Formats: sequence, C-alpha cells, structure tokens
Amino acid sequence: MLRILAIVAILMAFSPSLTSQADKNGLKKAKEQTHQGHDHSGHNHGHDHSGHNHDHSGHNHDDHKGHDHGHKHDDHAGHNHGAHNGDHGHGDHGHHPHYHVTDYNKDCGVAVKIDNPEPSYDPTATAIHHISDANVWTIMDMVRVPLPAIIYNKDRGMEFFSTGKFQAGHHDNGHYGYKDYVLFEGNIHRITCPAFDAKDKYEVQGFDKEEMVSAAGKNYEKKFAIINNKAYNIEQKTIWDGGMLGGTPSSFIDLSPTKNVVSMGLVSLILFLLFRKAVKKYQGAPNAPSGVQSFLEPMFQFIRDDVAVPFLGDKHEKFLPLLMTIFFFILGLNLWGQVPFLGNVNVTGSLTVTAVMAIVVFILTNINGNGDYWKHILWPPDTPWFVKIILIPVELLGMFIKPLTLMLRLAGNISAGHIAILSFVGLIFIFGKAGTNMAGSLTGTALAIPLTMFMMAIELIVAFVQAFVFTILTASYLGAATEEHHHDDHH
Amino acid sequence: MMFLAGFAPFQPTPGLALWSLIIFLLFWAVMAKYAFRPMMEGLKKRESDISNALAEAQKAKEEMANLKAENESILAEAREERATMLREAKETKAAIIAEAKEKAREEANRMTSTAKMEIENEKKAAMIEVKNDVGNMATEIAEKILRKELKGSPEHQSFVNTLVGEMNMN
Repeated sequence: MLRILAIVAILMAFSPSLTSQADKNGLKKAKEQTHQGHDHSGHNHGHDHSGHNHDHSGHNHDDHKGHDHGHKHDDHAGHNHGAHNGDHGHGDHGHHPHYHVTDYNKDCGVAVKIDNPEPSYDPTATAIHHISDANVWTIMDMVRVPLPAIIYNKDRGMEFFSTGKFQAGHHDNGHYGYKDYVLFEGNIHRITCPAFDAKDKYEVQGFDKEEMVSAAGKNYEKKFAIINNKAYNIEQKTIWDGGMLGGTPSSFIDLSPTKNVVSMGLVSLILFLLFRKAVKKYQGAPNAPSGVQSFLEPMFQFIRDDVAVPFLGDKHEKFLPLLMTIFFFILGLNLWGQVPFLGNVNVTGSLTVTAVMAIVVFILTNINGNGDYWKHILWPPDTPWFVKIILIPVELLGMFIKPLTLMLRLAGNISAGHIAILSFVGLIFIFGKAGTNMAGSLTGTALAIPLTMFMMAIELIVAFVQAFVFTILTASYLGAATEEHHHDDHH
Repeated sequence: MMFLAGFAPFQPTPGLALWSLIIFLLFWAVMAKYAFRPMMEGLKKRESDISNALAEAQKAKEEMANLKAENESILAEAREERATMLREAKETKAAIIAEAKEKAREEANRMTSTAKMEIENEKKAAMIEVKNDVGNMATEIAEKILRKELKGSPEHQSFVNTLVGEMNMN
C-alpha cells in the first residue's frame, strides 16, 4: 500500500516535468511560426522587449522566448527552449531582472539581454531544488547558515573558505563570487573561462541555464553566471554518474560538509545523547524504564526480537549493533527531514548516502559469507547442469541487485515523500499564478493544507517503515550469508 | 533515466559519499560501544533479573506454603498436647482427690478402730478393776461373815481360796 503511494507520488512529481516537456516541444514549433510571422511583419527586431506583449501568458516557461527576436533561431538548434528556468521558480521573482545568454554555445564573456518576466512557478524545479543538497542551509528562505567549503581544485589543490562569502539570497544564489567560485542554487560552481579575472570579491548579477545535449548525446544543463553584464559558463562539482543523471566531468571536487553532511552529524549527535541518557538508567539498581528510555527501548527490543533474532538466531548479538545503527541512523534522518521549516533536509532521499550504506551492507554480507553462501552462488547444489547455466549468472547478479534495491528503495521513497509534500504546497503557487492571484492562492492553500497534512502523516509512517525495511533486509542478507545449511535434510 | 537528468538528490557526489561513509562508520563505532552494546547488556541483565526474581518469588511462595503447613502441624500438636495435659491434670486431680478421700477414710477408720480398741481396753481394764474391787469387797464381806462363823477351820480356808481362784479365772 505504502509502496503504491510512493510510486504514485513519484509519478505525480515527475509528470509535470514530462508533460511540460512535451508541451514545450509542441509549443516550440508553434512559437517559431509565430516568430516568423513577426519577422515578416518586421516589428521591433532587436529592440527592447518591454513593448512585446505576445499572447504567451498561458505558458509560463515560454514567456521569455517570445522576446528573443534579436537572435537567429539557428543559434538554438539542438537546444531545448523549454528550459529557461534559470533564475525563477518562485513566484516572488517578478521584480528581478532576468538575464538571457545570447549564445549558449560560447563560454567566456557572452553578451546578455535583460528582461522582466511575468512571475512564473515551476513546481518540478522548485521541488528538486528544495530536496537537493546545498552548501548553505536555508531555513524558511529567511535564515541562511553559511557552511564551510572544502574544495579539491584540480588546478590549485585544496581550498578552504566559508560559503558566507557568496552572501546567498533568494533561491540560494550567491550575490558575490569568490575567486572563480560562485554559488548557484545552493551549490558551489566554478567559472570555466580561463580568461576570467578571478578576484576575491565581485558582484554576481544573476544566472541563466539551458538544457543542452553533449557530444556523447547526454542531456545536461549548461549554466552561466552573469558578471559585469557578461555571461560566463560555470560548471558544477564532480558527479560520479557517468553523465547518466546530468552530471558532467568537472575540474573540482566539492568535499564540503554540506547541508546533508551537517544534518547527518547533528542527527548522529542527538541520537548519541538520547541513547546515553537512556543507557545510564541501566546502571545501578534495576528499575522500571522511564523517560527517553521508554521511547527508545521498545524500538530497540522490536529490532532485536523481530528482526535480528528471527534472521540471525544465535549470531544476532554479533550483528545487532550494525542493525541498530542502520535503523536509528535512517529513522533519525527520515524524521529530521520531516520537520517542517527546517530546510527540507533530504539525507536518506539522497542516493549517495543510501549507496554508501548499501555498499557497507554489501561488503559485510560478503566478508561474513560462509562456504555454503558462496557455494549457492558459484555452484548451486542439487541442480542439473542446464539449470546451473541459468542459475549462476542470476545468483551473481543477485549479489549486486540486493544492495542496489536497498539503495534505490530508501532514496526513492524518501525523495518521493518530500516531492509529494512540496508538490502539494506548490498548489498554492500553481492556483495563485505564482503569487499574483489572491483568490487562486487561497483556493490553493485550502487544497494544500489537508493534502499536505495527509502526506505528512503518510511520510511519518514511511519514515519508520523504510528504516525497518532497510534493517530487516540487511538482517535477511546477513542471515542468508551466515546460515548453516544441511543439504541432506532439505532441498 | 532521461527524466532524472538534473535530479540532484540522485546524483552521486564524492564529497557526500566520503562524509556519509565517515559519519556512518563513526556513528556505528561510537554507538555500538557506548549505546547499543550497553543497552543490549542492560536489557539482558534486566531480563535475567526479572526471571530470577520470578523464580525466587515462586520459591518463596512454596517455602511459605511449607512453613504454613509446618506451623499448622505444630499448632495441631500443641493443641493435642494441651488437651492431653488437661485430661491428665483432670485425671491426676481426680486421683488425688480419690486418694485423699481414701486416706481420710482409712485414717478415720483407723482412728475409729483405735478408739474402739482403747475403749475396749479401757472397758476391760475397768471391768477387771470392777471385778477386783467387787472380789475384794466380796472377800472382805465374806471374810467378815466367815470370821464370825468359821473361826479358824482349815477346811473353810482352802474352800475359800478355791472359790477366789475360780473368780480370777473368770
């Protein structure tokens, strides 16, 4: 039931991006025809765009393109025009000027155009931005806690500074640059242009981004920082995805303790203090459980009696600390991410974190695997040879699929929950036409409150269920790897 | 996968990977030593304490039952003893009274018989005295009579002695 809800939530979260993508492609053609119509009529080419009031108001993302009459449309060949999400996503950006890079294929000091777009709201971009890791910790778009930055720069080596230097503002975009680093959507980016004059402090006017297709045929976002009315290409930190998830090769590795890292540290510390308080009560004369002990002990006993003992039997004491670590680490972080206004910290929904835990489980499973475990994988007993041919590759794949599912299930469920909540909150902006329509906003709010409350209740269950599922599967993998088989008795 | 392009939470980054590995392993090590193992031991200790306490309570209950039974038997014994003692005392009392009565009767009888004997003796003595007195008086009278009638005849003398001897025999 919960899995179905999570999948529905994920589909709901991504469907706007899918449909809008399709719409954009359809609209792109229509747009080009419109442009041609303008070309023929010979109106206002290359002029300021303020006078243009094309009837595109219904299509948020296309508002800007209607003004691009100064360019040849050939420039955009291969670009997706639907993705001018650069510096707007919230409804409160109506008064901010929006910079458009004139040639997305260039990197250094590209000319820009400025316009004042209608306020628009992109629920997908907003949701993804809110659940992404960041180099600053923003609480309610008001308090911005700068975090330390630790960068391994392939040209200059290790560099340490505070992200406070960027003076992040709306949307966690930095108002200032430091050396060749700028802060875009909460993340440190580096200006790739070798000719750029990297001072210790300079003003960054804005950002623009465009979806591009690399030479290898991978989709990626090309991003630009606008400095002194010129656009400079910026690259993101190194991402180990082989270009599959929009990662690009990069000249620097970001080793900073980010929002997620600080959250992990804080949650670990809170859990440590809570457990120390509870553990102290076991010392001295035996007493009935009280205080925080009464809260932690039932969960501890549940994991011990219903997870560890059934799967691991006599060996459960050896693996119990690991199982408890997994359960309470995941549960703590799941609940931490559920606290409203705390910055939507999405640690357990981050694939990197779940991958690390899955890898730890994978390594532990295999180093604890006994002869029977390896025999079942490499030479399944009591099966004819032609079955072995099928079974051995399946078993070998299974070794890797198990941790992969652990990693994806947790990250997917938690991210989906966060996206669902943000999507419901986003209804306020969708109905309210990005904050310009009061009646619409109120309707959206009336809808958003019960839906968000429902989703939060579901997410509270999911927080426990997913921590439990990761733990019980870990216990089952460890149990299968350490089980003593007696082939004479069964099979 | 295309629609996941740019989905930042799913982008694996070395920095986050390194930090989460460090924090996870550190959390595991610290919590295992200072939280989970002590809690495990504490719970195990409490569980054994509880089962011990229950076993002890059961034992105490059994002991109590035993003690109660013992007490009851002691009480019953005491009651029995008391009854016996009472019975014995009653018997003793009756015996003493009976004995005393017997003794008293015997004493009375003895005294009565002694008294009777004494009376008899006194009577006999009195009788003898009376006889002697009567004999003497009779002899004196007879002597006086005979002195007058039988002066100096020896045949009369022996005859009178024979008569006196016959009287003494009586």
